[in-house]
Amino acid sequence: MRGLIRVFGMDHMSNLRNSSTAWQRFKKHKAALFSLYLLGVLITAVLVLPEFSPHTYETTDWGAIFSAPTWNNGHWFGTDELGRDVFVRTLIGGRVSILVALLASTVSVVIGVSYGALAGFIGGRVDQWMMRWVDILYSLPFMFFAILLMTFFGRHLSLLFIAIGAISWLDMSRIVRGQTLSLKHKEFIEAARVCGVRTPQIIWRHIVPNTLGIVAIYTTLTIPSVILTESFLSFLGLGVQEPLTSWGVLINQGAQNMSVAWWTLIFPAVFLISTLYCCHFIGDGLRDAFDPKDNASC
Amino acid sequence: MLKVSDLSIAYTHQEHTLRAVDQLSFELQAGETLGIVGESGSGKSQTLLALLGLLRKNAQIQGEIVFQGKALLQQTEKQWQQIRGKEISMIFQDPMTALNPYLTIGTQLIEVLQHHEQLSYAAAKARTLDMLDQVQIATPKTRLTQYPHECSGGMRQRIMIAMALLCKPTLLLADEPTTALDVTIAAQIIALLKELQRQHQMAIIFVSHNLGVVAQLCQKVHVMYQGKVLEQAKTSELFKHPQHAYTKRLLAALYREDR
Repeated sequence: MRGLIRVFGMDHMSNLRNSSTAWQRFKKHKAALFSLYLLGVLITAVLVLPEFSPHTYETTDWGAIFSAPTWNNGHWFGTDELGRDVFVRTLIGGRVSILVALLASTVSVVIGVSYGALAGFIGGRVDQWMMRWVDILYSLPFMFFAILLMTFFGRHLSLLFIAIGAISWLDMSRIVRGQTLSLKHKEFIEAARVCGVRTPQIIWRHIVPNTLGIVAIYTTLTIPSVILTESFLSFLGLGVQEPLTSWGVLINQGAQNMSVAWWTLIFPAVFLISTLYCCHFIGDGLRDAFDPKDNASC
Repeated sequence: MLKVSDLSIAYTHQEHTLRAVDQLSFELQAGETLGIVGESGSGKSQTLLALLGLLRKNAQIQGEIVFQGKALLQQTEKQWQQIRGKEISMIFQDPMTALNPYLTIGTQLIEVLQHHEQLSYAAAKARTLDMLDQVQIATPKTRLTQYPHECSGGMRQRIMIAMALLCKPTLLLADEPTTALDVTIAAQIIALLKELQRQHQMAIIFVSHNLGVVAQLCQKVHVMYQGKVLEQAKTSELFKHPQHAYTKRLLAALYREDR
């Protein structure tokens, strides 16, 4: 129905609805609301549950290598090839993955949106310089950049975050700039200017909210790609170091062992996939919530 | 109050020079209404944009615009922000696109007021409500919390007018404000503009290609064609005794009950 309304321009149908806040509209999107709760549960689990397990993420249980999931020995999700508990490792890995995802999406939204909106709105030579700078950052080979960081400053988790943060906002700034270019000649921007509104306020109050729909969607696409980038770096030995782990690393190892021990792949994969789906639905819900024209009948 | 002398606006593209406005001169007193009629591309909108300092950077401007003792063409961007909205304001042609779809009507109106005058939020809101009431919006309180798409076209045009009049400007520019509306709503808007003009003693420059609307509202009319003013006259004179051949043809194209 919502799609229909948008496609056929039947916007006036939503006139019947009373005005509501973004949160009220978000609540009407059932899948998004459920995803928000599920993500909350996942994050709490990742933070709290490892403390309740009898095992730690790094100790090896020599008596139980490749043990299948069972209640008896406390390895609820089984153990991997070194006898380490998959349950605890999945949750600990989740801490790293979710942290990376949060950081990258924050950087991409904050820096990417403000940078793109500024470049697009000011335009002219400033725009040229700002976007050429983005092009330069783009053309730097990411691996080279990551390796350089690691060799100069040593291996550290925070360097991984810096490397991922440095690239995650580039796409966003381009997208927002493009949106801004098409928005800034709209009549309501002209109207705001005629009414004497200052440029920073026009950008902040009139341009940025109008890009939020796309920003929300793109952020939910950034999160999975960042989680995958992290696992790729870890695989090359540039990211998270053993015995510390992340979902990407666990899935990679699990895929190698899946013929003998399916549980080493399935559990981290289920966690990763549910997180990604949650992000996706939340993004969908956010887009609906921020678009006042949308008829929130979901 | 407003004196425009020999205003020319030209654009150069490669070898070609386009004269959008050519040697335009007029004067306007407080409380007066000037109508500018002409076909598309005759330089009407360019004139209005020049009065607001919103011409593109590549425009070559000559001449002088003096508004209440200030030479408008020499203002800096900072000074312009104080003039726009507060002293000179504008109503746009299309009420459907001139309001930000993502902000409530209240937010957009109160923003303008708070920008120009040091008012608390509550005071600004009270003035906004008062203004919405003046443009005859039935339930201003509920309208404040609504988004533009929840209002009809005529309603939105009234909101645009309220937004333009919030800071009680001395000069109001109206760029075909009734073109996008149907005839009955347009008549209401015209009546409203007349009433508000009487109350606030504003000068209005009313741009239109609808001669009927101009006849109702304006004391003086300029007929523009290809950037030049072909004829300027009092409205009644222009309709009775058009001098220029183009004006005659323009009037002949009009459907009139008495012929």
